[in-house]
Amino acid sequence: MTKQPAAVIGVGQTHHRAKREDVSMAGLCREAIDRALLDANLSLDDIDAIVVGKAPDLFEGVMMPELFLAEALGAVGKPLLRVHTAGSVGGSTAIVAASLVQAGVHKRVLTVAFEKQSESNAMWALSVPLPFNMPVHAGAGGYFAPHVRSYIRRSEAPTHVGAIVAAKDRQNALKNPYAHLKNPDTTVESVLASQMLWDPIRYDETCPSSDGACALVIVDEDTAAASPNPAWIHGTAMRSEATTAAERDQVNPQASRDAAAALWKQAGITDPIEEIDAAEIYVPFSWFEPMWLESLGFAEANGGGWRLTESGGTAMDGRLPVNCSGGVLSSNPIGASGMLRFGEAALQVRGAAGEHQVDGARRALGHAYGGGSQFFAMWVVGSEKPSN
Amino acid sequence: MRDVAVVGFAQRQMPVFDGSPTCVELLVPLFAECYEQTGWTRRDIGFWCSGSSDYLAGRSFSFVSAVDAIGVIPPVNESHVEMDLAWALYEAWLKIQTGEVDTALVYAFGKASAGVLRRTLALQLEPYTMTPLWPDTISLAGLQARAGIDAGVWDERAMAEVANRSLTDAEKNEYAIRKGGSSVEELLSRPMYADPLRKHDCSPVTDGAAAIVLAAGDRAREVRDRPAWIGGLAHHIDPISVGTRDLTRAPSAARSAAALDLDGVEVAELHAPFSHQELVLRRELGLADDVRVNPSGGALTSNPMFSAGGIRIGEAAARIWSGEASKAVAHATSGPALQQNLLCVLGATTEGAPN
Repeated sequence: MTKQPAAVIGVGQTHHRAKREDVSMAGLCREAIDRALLDANLSLDDIDAIVVGKAPDLFEGVMMPELFLAEALGAVGKPLLRVHTAGSVGGSTAIVAASLVQAGVHKRVLTVAFEKQSESNAMWALSVPLPFNMPVHAGAGGYFAPHVRSYIRRSEAPTHVGAIVAAKDRQNALKNPYAHLKNPDTTVESVLASQMLWDPIRYDETCPSSDGACALVIVDEDTAAASPNPAWIHGTAMRSEATTAAERDQVNPQASRDAAAALWKQAGITDPIEEIDAAEIYVPFSWFEPMWLESLGFAEANGGGWRLTESGGTAMDGRLPVNCSGGVLSSNPIGASGMLRFGEAALQVRGAAGEHQVDGARRALGHAYGGGSQFFAMWVVGSEKPSN
Repeated sequence: MRDVAVVGFAQRQMPVFDGSPTCVELLVPLFAECYEQTGWTRRDIGFWCSGSSDYLAGRSFSFVSAVDAIGVIPPVNESHVEMDLAWALYEAWLKIQTGEVDTALVYAFGKASAGVLRRTLALQLEPYTMTPLWPDTISLAGLQARAGIDAGVWDERAMAEVANRSLTDAEKNEYAIRKGGSSVEELLSRPMYADPLRKHDCSPVTDGAAAIVLAAGDRAREVRDRPAWIGGLAHHIDPISVGTRDLTRAPSAARSAAALDLDGVEVAELHAPFSHQELVLRRELGLADDVRVNPSGGALTSNPMFSAGGIRIGEAAARIWSGEASKAVAHATSGPALQQNLLCVLGATTEGAPN
């Protein structure tokens, strides 16, 4: 038994802003869905099933919002699934949607992920005190800063590498019409001059809080064959590990390494840096670029990642262009952020990424992580139908 | 399609689960029971998927600490749906169908007693116009029951008959938290709770958790002589608005039934948290009069949020394993007034399985 071939033929996303006061949650989702369907040249009538993803319901203050959204999503009379795997959810949701086609159950699946953080207060939504659990009320930056410090110490990285990532992604975002942050003057120097928030993470090295949505149309082999530029799914992987455990390596978690190994094997890739042409990696704090480069096997552990970044290797014209869309550092509607990475990877191999297109990209990585660096979802998409 | 069967099932249903807001302590013994039934360890499980709700838990990421119950170092292939266990089972069934894995363990949990459930569930409604009015679950169910009575589709006696049969059957279910049938007349003499609903027409607030093991082909046969083969799974959703829906119907349940082969079903485990909802579902599924409905006592006698739908699948599977039935259908619902519905057909043979 092998998976049925599946491909992305439609990608849609909203304009991301701190507050999208012009649309409701339904309107936000519909903005992404309508663009994805237009891109796929399909209508809602053609869709067999819908898969919805978003991060915690407390972010909008609605319990299982997919129930009230059913009508606006065009899901009435259809199967609707709701996925929630923390920050990795956008990626996991795309993978679940793909599995509906790969399992041979449906031919045309619409998937949408969203977050309308302005409807509620994300900081408080994440700060409900739990008996017997350690209080982590300093926000995600406070949680991840020790991991970053640990990486710097372990790999002997120079301290400006994070600023290189931030300046690169903010410059890339200027080429992406949907990006939230548009700061034309961001340079390594300006990032280094920005306020220190959680040492060593500076203000300009953090992601914004965005309202936004992303939608994908994932279809079977026959439907994809009729599309001018399908992004074929070559591999998908999800792995989870515990939040805390004495033996956990939070800088380079085993779940990340295991997921990457499973992904490359499925996609028939033996040397990722040679065989992947563009990568959309979940980087909410700049230092996660070099950290994940190592964990994913693009560079050697304990230093290969920052060397690749420092050399300019992850710039748009580099050896491995990373986050040409501007990435999470430029737009972060949490529940949708993972799907945006997956969708941007698809745009690259479809040759449809516009101004931030990598010339001749044939295979691309979409990556997401969540929780305390413990949930991972990733896929590889390609312009050619996979042979495996 | 691959032949996939339900081969393991463990559950807990209780009025109040004392302590443990993370429910980890509730899940660990359930997994142990699943390992006992299958002879497997966690390393034999190819995929894990859970169902739960952050709003029920009163916190974000309620599934995060739940994975600690699995023991996720080394890491596992895992996912989560913010839905009932039955939909987690659906995602796992899909994963097995892709050929990526042969086995899966799905679970769900919830502590409904921690808050005021009928108010918590009001947060499921349309947030801009409905939720601010705080229509609670029981009131909405009351409107649905009244709509059916006014339309002449059912009456209070038919509802009491459902309740009496459920309470009688629940006497044999060690997990049922409300049990003991009497007579239809006696039930009808009890006071109204939310007219036309009496207390026994409404499921009790219930804490609990459940776990189900799925396996493909020979992996299923290695566990049980008579696995409960999944003959088909279907689920659909209707609009939420109770003002524009015909509340006497559940089109998404009928649509799911039409997608499956329900001929010859002997047992139906229906997730009906209110007595009249069983009557709606019987009609939408087109069940014959001789189909045995909810021999477990059903959700009317204990309804642990986010596992009660999946428990219906487990209960139906147990009747296939025991030889009591050769074909059964299990049903799960979600959303107000039967908005979203899932059906799972189970059989003693792989005949009729989807191809």
